[in-house]
Amino acid sequence: MARPRESIKAYGDRLDDGAVQLSFTLPVAASPRARAAARLYAEQLGLEKVLVAHMEACGDGFSYFVVYGASRAAVDFDAIDVPVVETHDLSMEEVGDVVKRELGGKVVVVGACTGSDAHTVGIDAILNMKGYAGDYGLERYAGFEVHNLGAQIDNSELVRRALEVGAHAVLLSQVVTQRDCHKENAAAFMKELVATGRRGELLALFGGPRVDHALALALGFDAGFGTGTRPSEVANYIVGELRRRRGGKERP
Amino acid sequence: MALLPIDEGLIAEGRGLAKAIADDVQSFIARHTTVAVERTTLRFLGVDGVDRNGVPLVNIVVNALAARGMLSGGVARVLAVGKAARHLSVQETAQRIADGDAGPFDDAAKSNAPDAAQVREILEAEVASGLDRIHDAQKRRDENRARLGIGKEPLKYVIVATGNIYDDAKQGRSAAFAGADIVAVIRSTAQSLLDYVPVGATTEGFGGTWATQENFRIMRDALDDEGQKRGRYIHLTNYSSGLCMPEIAYLGAVERLDMLLNDAMYGILFRDINPRRTLIDQYISRLLCTVAGIVINTGEDNYLTTADAFDAAHTVMTSLLINEALAHRAAMPDAQMGLGHAYEIDPQIENSFLYEVAQAQLIRQVFPRAPIKWMPPTKHKTGDIFTSHVHDGLFNLTGVLTRQGIELLGMFSEAVHNPYLHDRFLSLKSASLIFNACAGLADEINWRPDGVVASRAREVMGKAVALLRLVASEGLFGAIAAGRFADVKRPIDKGKGADGVSPRATNYANPVLDALETVAGV
Ligand code: B12
Repeated sequence: MARPRESIKAYGDRLDDGAVQLSFTLPVAASPRARAAARLYAEQLGLEKVLVAHMEACGDGFSYFVVYGASRAAVDFDAIDVPVVETHDLSMEEVGDVVKRELGGKVVVVGACTGSDAHTVGIDAILNMKGYAGDYGLERYAGFEVHNLGAQIDNSELVRRALEVGAHAVLLSQVVTQRDCHKENAAAFMKELVATGRRGELLALFGGPRVDHALALALGFDAGFGTGTRPSEVANYIVGELRRRRGGKERP
Repeated sequence: MALLPIDEGLIAEGRGLAKAIADDVQSFIARHTTVAVERTTLRFLGVDGVDRNGVPLVNIVVNALAARGMLSGGVARVLAVGKAARHLSVQETAQRIADGDAGPFDDAAKSNAPDAAQVREILEAEVASGLDRIHDAQKRRDENRARLGIGKEPLKYVIVATGNIYDDAKQGRSAAFAGADIVAVIRSTAQSLLDYVPVGATTEGFGGTWATQENFRIMRDALDDEGQKRGRYIHLTNYSSGLCMPEIAYLGAVERLDMLLNDAMYGILFRDINPRRTLIDQYISRLLCTVAGIVINTGEDNYLTTADAFDAAHTVMTSLLINEALAHRAAMPDAQMGLGHAYEIDPQIENSFLYEVAQAQLIRQVFPRAPIKWMPPTKHKTGDIFTSHVHDGLFNLTGVLTRQGIELLGMFSEAVHNPYLHDRFLSLKSASLIFNACAGLADEINWRPDGVVASRAREVMGKAVALLRLVASEGLFGAIAAGRFADVKRPIDKGKGADGVSPRATNYANPVLDALETVAGV
């Protein structure tokens, strides 16, 4: 049932009770004062009716807390706008058909996990035959020519290979995100691609567990894909977007 | 502990095949050297320090040797002629080379240069003090262990990875406070591909902290101190893998590390390091571990995160038998083989727990004297930290039930970030709870011969031996090229560090290798 009001709060067991649970460590030894500090801290976070449910020493001079409370914060749900990748839901056969009928029978994609990032499982899940969670990878799709370069590839190498094989889409994966290194590296990749003067020739997709569509757009990509992405979504996006750009009809 | 009914004949066949595979590789290793082996030789002989630009002297000397096409003779002769003809210490010879003096190379290339036996004789004192350094470190470690005592198995192993060695030391201390027995410092991303060992105390790493001799020392001191406070010996672990595998083994040996991640194939499969290079390097690194009493940790867990853990279970057993056989070639006692595997089957599969128990019990039985290194679920962890904590509970239960030796504790925040202080604390707390609550469980269990667990174990063992037959027929290099492990294909002549490999010439001299082999009892 749609809610009549636009403003929402956290839900515990009654609407608008604002119930939240949190846990954290304070850099002081456990003591009655430390417990009071945890309560004050939670209050400063905007919680009321604070319950410090648990305090325990978790290191020399460190204590761990579990805290419950009620937050006054509320958000205007209707005002929120999140860009999402628009894709169709064509089956593998249908995608193959579109490639054959409308896209000249061939879609070339090149993907890699670049920089010092050594994680291949994510990009493999999208590109390799086997796919992900029972959903086949792009290699399995009729008409798709897939070049999976693997991990720890230089950005320049991915750009070079994508242009060399005349890719319709280039796929960048980034899994390590410490200190935002995935954003930095994706931006560096885009800079290299743009510098070739051929950015317009191909779709650029960015994916990884801390990637979303908005981030990808902000970094100059055409689309972003996060946790749990299925290869079929990616196939549908690529084919749908290529078709749109060719002025083809958007029907299945 | 009750045993699963596994055909002993099949296990023996597997061991026999693994031995044949290792023997074949060993004959290749014995005919080759690498830049990393030669750098290790220099370190062992006492060459230390960096040049003005901060480049380690051992790299300068070995690079110069390789540039002259002299790698095949080994680096030791260059130091030997420096010492015999010019009365220079090994450090002075290295320093002169760094300053641009080509004399020692020219002398070593002469036809009347000392042969291998003479090189050994000339450098006898240096070799002896290298061995002393290692033995002294080992003695101190043994004393500390005896004085403080060691925790109960499964030993609780946690990771620190802040990027800053001083923060790592703090996190390591807190982990010891919360009950950890072993603290592993994860290396910065990309270190495995560096062809030199960085120097000094470091405070900036990504996803981990640089492995340097100074960092080893800082961490060792912190854990010694904390162990003293807690009345329990705290083990220290780092990585002997990548392009500097044997050099790190040497540094670990002299800085009293207790364990090193050291796998015969990890670098090949997961870092795309040249297969020849890695297999040669692993041999001398393992000799050093054998002599220093360091427990190695092998990396079969990675097969299960890369390929599907249910389907690929047998590849772990195959690889463990090969890792064991290669370690035996370095005369490593079983008690130093922390053979690795992991709890990585999709937890949504019905009976996934039973399959994990089967795998863990099987591995326990096949390697009864090895302190099995048992690793937690990671791949199927999600941001749902609460369910993740329960998932780790199943893992801990399996560990205590099947008597694993070293248990790397799972973190509920695995899919989110490098662990916070309290993530580790809660993980240690729940492991202690389960280990204690189920302390006697292993002795209460009898396995149904026709049950799910026994059947699964039989199936895995059968497939593992079938794969060993295939690998034996292809040879290890061929099997790796064909993608038999972790679905990854690595051709023998490709990969990083390939150009650092050289055949040994007939006059190859390496008194360090000779001494290590003698002491280890190869
Ligand atoms: C498996 C694994 C490994 C394996 C990798 C094996 C391999 N061949 O890839 C090994 C053990 C080698 C490994 C090593 C390391 N790892 Co790791 N690893 C993981 C783990 C457990 C699972 C990752 C995974 O495979 N997920 C499954 C795949 C299918 O999911 P995914 O990657 O998110 O991909 C999906 C989507 O994101 C998307 N997608 C991904 N890429 C792309 C690209 C495109 C174009 C599209 C469309 C979609 C898409 O589609 C995929 C399918 O849905 C995670 C923890 C976790 N549970 O997430 C840690 C984790 C990612 N690793 C981590 C770290 C730090 C490392 C190391 C750096 C540690 C170190 N210091 O040595 C090293 C890597 C060294 C290096 N140079 O990078 C951290 C990262 C922390 C951070 N946020 O920065 C994590 C989160 C663990 C942790 N808590 O510390 N790791």
